[in-house]
Amino acid sequence: MGIFNSRGVKPAHRKHTDNQKAVRLENVASVTIPMRQHIGAPCTPTVKVGDVVAVGQVIGDTEAFMSAPIHASVSGTVSKIAEIRLANGEKVSAVTIKSDGEMRLYEGVEKPQYNSVEEFLKCVRSSGLVGLGGAGFPTHVKLKVPQGKVDTLVINAAECEPYITTDNRECIDNTADVIDGVELVCKVLDIKSAVIGVEDNKPQAINALRTEISNRKSNIVVKALKSKYPQGAEKVLIHSATGRVVPMGGLPMDAGCIVMNVASVAFLARYMRTGKPLVTRTVTVDGSAIANPNNFRVPIGAFMQDVVNAAGGFVKEPKKIILGGPMMGNSVSSLDYVITKTNNALLAFDEKDAKPKKETACIRCGRCVSVCPMKLMPASLEKYQRCGDAEGLENGAVLNCIECGCCSFTCPAGRQLVQSIRLGKTIVRTAQAERKKKEEAKG
Amino acid sequence: MEKLLTVSPSPHTKCGRTTQGIMLDVIIALVPALIASIIYFGLRALLVSVVAVVSCVLFEFLSRKVMKRENTISDLSAVVTGLLLAFNLPSTLPIWMVVLGSLVAIVVVKQLFGGIGQNFVNPAIAARIVLMSSFAAKMTNWVVPNTISTDAQTTATPLKLLAEGKTDELPSLFQLFIGERAGCLGETCAIAIIIGAIYLFVRRVITPLIPLCFIGTVAVFTFIAGDFDVNFMLYHLLSGGLLLGAVFMATDYTTSPMTTWGKVIFAIGCGLITSLIRLFGSLPEGVSFSILFMNILVPHIEKLTKPKSFGEGGAKNG
Repeated sequence: MGIFNSRGVKPAHRKHTDNQKAVRLENVASVTIPMRQHIGAPCTPTVKVGDVVAVGQVIGDTEAFMSAPIHASVSGTVSKIAEIRLANGEKVSAVTIKSDGEMRLYEGVEKPQYNSVEEFLKCVRSSGLVGLGGAGFPTHVKLKVPQGKVDTLVINAAECEPYITTDNRECIDNTADVIDGVELVCKVLDIKSAVIGVEDNKPQAINALRTEISNRKSNIVVKALKSKYPQGAEKVLIHSATGRVVPMGGLPMDAGCIVMNVASVAFLARYMRTGKPLVTRTVTVDGSAIANPNNFRVPIGAFMQDVVNAAGGFVKEPKKIILGGPMMGNSVSSLDYVITKTNNALLAFDEKDAKPKKETACIRCGRCVSVCPMKLMPASLEKYQRCGDAEGLENGAVLNCIECGCCSFTCPAGRQLVQSIRLGKTIVRTAQAERKKKEEAKG
Repeated sequence: MEKLLTVSPSPHTKCGRTTQGIMLDVIIALVPALIASIIYFGLRALLVSVVAVVSCVLFEFLSRKVMKRENTISDLSAVVTGLLLAFNLPSTLPIWMVVLGSLVAIVVVKQLFGGIGQNFVNPAIAARIVLMSSFAAKMTNWVVPNTISTDAQTTATPLKLLAEGKTDELPSLFQLFIGERAGCLGETCAIAIIIGAIYLFVRRVITPLIPLCFIGTVAVFTFIAGDFDVNFMLYHLLSGGLLLGAVFMATDYTTSPMTTWGKVIFAIGCGLITSLIRLFGSLPEGVSFSILFMNILVPHIEKLTKPKSFGEGGAKNG
């Protein structure tokens, strides 16, 4: 019943930095690089205090499959290895490098060579690449798919979060890299077709990509998607770009797709050309408290303070600072956090923007139900969560929630819907674990 | 930085709509019908409306006070209930009965069940039915609209006339459309209600789904039952409280299903019961009862129509 429902929401775009090509930020005094910036096992530091390192040198690695190595993002001396807290609340060990200001490239950096898919994936792993859209899924794990299971590569350039413009700039400024990357992945993994999904509020990006594609006579499709949050959510994107539905609890692979962020494929193309691993990333710095909103190419591990300074500091007292977008980013308590591989934005809100909406009683208006892209009933799930009803939550498919936050965004009563649903997921997982234990005990 | 910043889970931005804003929109949508009622039934209509609104707000304020709960009169929902209650009463009703209606709506139906969002039936409808069953004569004491010059003081509603077969005494369809007929305060003027409905659709306070299914069902049913007589059908659509009920009462968020198909079933149910009562029941009008019955079924309808989550049916290739 599409005409009566409007899945997703339309927050104000606020893409103020649409036309700002990323500015390189290099003169940082030091960086603190966390040993885990991805989904999976943390790395162990491979350097010790006092070591001299160069840009692109491995400083952390692990034997675990589900992981990605960490590289030095500045040249200089390792001054400290200690535990720090990340924006998402995790504690992880981190290597601090005092920069010598030279940004000297590590001599071991060379163009990667591969003759098979396995070797290619090994190269991808060495690049340190993880999903740059924000999820941080190690790319070499994502690309390791059984032969013949995937026929479509979906590139995520939707960029549906307000403020953020890094993917838009990637399409405009590094168009050739994007297309190179797509062609490379398709060729190596023997994938037949590729679709790049871009929201239609980025006509410049769409044009740039289409021109490049037609110049090359490539058969990559650029699909202009309706500008609607969460258009860039993996399952939503696959559905809008290919019409396919990923089964509940399944992976994109189950719908014959691999989804990669546009900045990730573009990086991959550059890496295969130069061998320079993932040591920088583009960050949109914006929000009502920021003096000069802009895009910056930031060394990984740079302190938020340095990034804010580069954007001219604060014009107003910030009340809330977010790493990531306003819909799904993490707010942090101070500027003592660092930029990781997955941070696509740093937003600083003044008092007005940071003011929370007053929470009042649910009036059962059903807006959360009609906007939920996963077709859940957030208002009911919230009630089940409040009374700890694991069965109700499970029947309501709570684990299918992608935590996009449309329900909370749209709620006129200011209810903390997605927040309750996150807690509800824990209730269900605990109940499932207990059930499993019981079954195992029974034998 | 000495002072720590605000930390909260995402999302960090919310839409501008509030419960108060929604209620204000509903009040605005009710204004045309209020103006029409004053034109047709005079200042007495205004008095009934003001008393209903003031007493509803007062009862809401007092019950929250007594229950030591946060006061919620600023959400304006009591104002909406007051207006809707008044719109469901004849202009001649004694004032103390209006106040009693407010007491039933706000204290008994709404606040005793936990306040806004918790009542399981529509407060204004429940109050109307309580008054109807307690003071049947006073609740059906209809006056002739001001705009008609006649010696008669009281008259019958078009539905009553239809039921009794006195078709020659019926007002014209045009009179029904502009509201020149006997009836409750806010239900008579079709055009005023339609203007209010369009406002609510445009402001996206409600979707046309429930009103269309409700009215559509009555249309189909009366068209068939009336031996395919278009006039008979139109009289049914424009008489009684159908439009008011379908637009403003059946669409009440709290007492209607949240799911799309639930809304369809709910509205068709309302339409069916309304038609059955009107055509075969002993009462001339059935809108209030139909909505009340369907209100009670809402939790079950919602359970039946819980949407299948995205991907619950397995993978699909587009």
